[in-house]
Amino acid sequence: MTATRRSLLAASVGATLVPALPRLTRAQAANTIRIGVLNDQSGTYRDISGPYGVECARQAVQEFGNKGFAVEVTFADHQNKPDVGANIARQWYDQGVDLIIDVPTSSVGLAVNQVAREKNKAYINCGAATSDLTGSQCSPNTVHWMYDTYMLAKSTGGAMVKAGGDSWYFITADYAFGHALERDTTAFINAAGGKVLGSVKYPFPATTDFSSFLLQAQSSRAKVIGLANAGADTINSIKQAAEFGLMRRGVKLAALLMFLPDVHALGLQTAQGLVLTESFYWDLNDRTRAITQRLQPRLRDQKPNMSSIADYSATLHFLKAVADMGVPAAKASGIELVNRMKAMPCDDDAFGPGRIREDGRKLCPSYLFEVKKPEESRAPWDYYKLVQTTPAEEAYRPLNEGGCPLVRS
Amino acid sequence: MDDIFGIPAPLLFGQLLLGLINGAFYAMLSLGLAVIFGLLNIVNMAHGAQFMMGAFAAWMLLAWFGIGYWWALLLAPIIIAITGIILERLLISRLYKLDHLYGLLLTFGLALIIEGVFRNEFGSSGLPYRIPDALSGAWDLGFMFMPVYRGWVVIAALVLCLATWLIIEKTRLGAYLRAATENAALVQAFGVNVPRMVTLTYGFGVALAAVGGVLAAPIYSVNPQMGSNLIIVVFATVVIGGMGSILGAILTGFTLGVVEGLTKVFWPEASATVIFVIMAIVLLARPAGLFGRA
Repeated sequence: MTATRRSLLAASVGATLVPALPRLTRAQAANTIRIGVLNDQSGTYRDISGPYGVECARQAVQEFGNKGFAVEVTFADHQNKPDVGANIARQWYDQGVDLIIDVPTSSVGLAVNQVAREKNKAYINCGAATSDLTGSQCSPNTVHWMYDTYMLAKSTGGAMVKAGGDSWYFITADYAFGHALERDTTAFINAAGGKVLGSVKYPFPATTDFSSFLLQAQSSRAKVIGLANAGADTINSIKQAAEFGLMRRGVKLAALLMFLPDVHALGLQTAQGLVLTESFYWDLNDRTRAITQRLQPRLRDQKPNMSSIADYSATLHFLKAVADMGVPAAKASGIELVNRMKAMPCDDDAFGPGRIREDGRKLCPSYLFEVKKPEESRAPWDYYKLVQTTPAEEAYRPLNEGGCPLVRS
Repeated sequence: MDDIFGIPAPLLFGQLLLGLINGAFYAMLSLGLAVIFGLLNIVNMAHGAQFMMGAFAAWMLLAWFGIGYWWALLLAPIIIAITGIILERLLISRLYKLDHLYGLLLTFGLALIIEGVFRNEFGSSGLPYRIPDALSGAWDLGFMFMPVYRGWVVIAALVLCLATWLIIEKTRLGAYLRAATENAALVQAFGVNVPRMVTLTYGFGVALAAVGGVLAAPIYSVNPQMGSNLIIVVFATVVIGGMGSILGAILTGFTLGVVEGLTKVFWPEASATVIFVIMAIVLLARPAGLFGRA
């Protein structure tokens, strides 16, 4: 029950949770761009970005170099709680933070989305998955840089249905992200003529034993168990499914959102054969290998994944836009800043060329990977085989289907 | 196939069994807490962290020294008990004369520090620990597929709980312990070294948590949060059973596991809350807990 203990903490030291930003003189403040990385530093999603996301943002600042203004990166732990996240965001924006970036956990991501709009500041989300960020909740202040539930459902879900998995049962984390992922995947299953036989929603983040839900899924006789969860929950689900022999009895697991550190934590022995979708893999091509090598001293023994390295990619693009329009203009209006980012094409070593659509969706290809067998892996972190590539323009929900009010039809 | 309340009977039996397995962990952890609280009057908030340290000790023994599961089951609790004894001597022993709250705050702080250190060192997504070969595989029970390892956990927990109960209720050592709880000064006057006994009892309670950690390592991923996910539920168990009651802790642990298991079928969204609802009801009806003395 992390939640309970943490609320105790949050209640007692709530005011001190936000690290105080160093005070700058007025002249300094006017010429310093401040970036706040807001993510999970201590809970179930920590290893996916957390301190590594902060390091990736710092790498981008370093590579961007000095273009006549100073850049400062700060970070905080939102503990996967919308109220904590929204409070930090409000305080940061009031203290002169120009961009809040990362914000995994969809419930928190949506809360910060509101704050950014209210304060007219820039917000780039790299870690939350809910497709509502560019749909019904889309905002002119927000860019959704990485994966969303539609893209995951299309790539992983679509591939599973195509491979014959036409009956599904969902094990869903009971909050915004789980609900959105189940909804978007269900749409693809139904469109392909498959059937959803049932679903179970479990309390997040208080669940560690999934065996009960796995057995309920098994007794539905569904061919595929869809895991609409992430991080340590996904790891525990897969581990326990293996323990109860589900895969040996022909049940397929669809880990709808899974990252490289999750595979690392499971070990190839358990994870082999799983298919999953990421937009980045360190060993994908020369450019991804190059950026991974540059990042390595900062990440020590870890490798970047699509979520942590999105902080690099997004920070870089943001700084280019600031340089392009000038610091005073960038500080004046979050909407103008985001509009400039949308107007400029993106290109970096992590994701290659891309662009930001008018609903705030950053476009880049998505890759379907299969986890290697232990004997196929030749080096540490050599985990993925590329199965299928979805081009950038097809990977995400079509512009006119999201219901985003910013899109002129 | 027969249905019970609209749920197929085999599924229900499976859930009961799974509930019993989770209950085994609750029982083992709340037992250690009850022993510590009974004798030391300390609400040991570090118990979850010590459970986690037990699991990490098992992982370290395997990964760094090549020492397997069975030896870890013996060595990890001893190692963690020693760290517990050091903590008791250095810090906790200074608080016996003060209000419960101080012990609670100290151990809570220790838990946060320990978890923070492990998180910095090992990350949050966990480390793999394989089920020992002798216990891998599964039995087909007809109504469900039962991993051998989970059966072993229930048996091990039952044996441990029973042994602890027997030691405390039926042996001379246990009699000393119980007497010291009632009147430490008098027991000391009879020539029993009470401070040492108190220290060793804390070590024993911590060792129970560490055994739980080793048993949990192959089922859950070995990660720094694994203890904090359990500890609040375990505290509720102790409160429902009656603070300091050994038998209460054991019985309540298993019962709550089963209740939680059933909730996961009938109303999964509430499965994290049900134990606290029970706690509230019990506290209203019997403030001393089901087995506690008012």
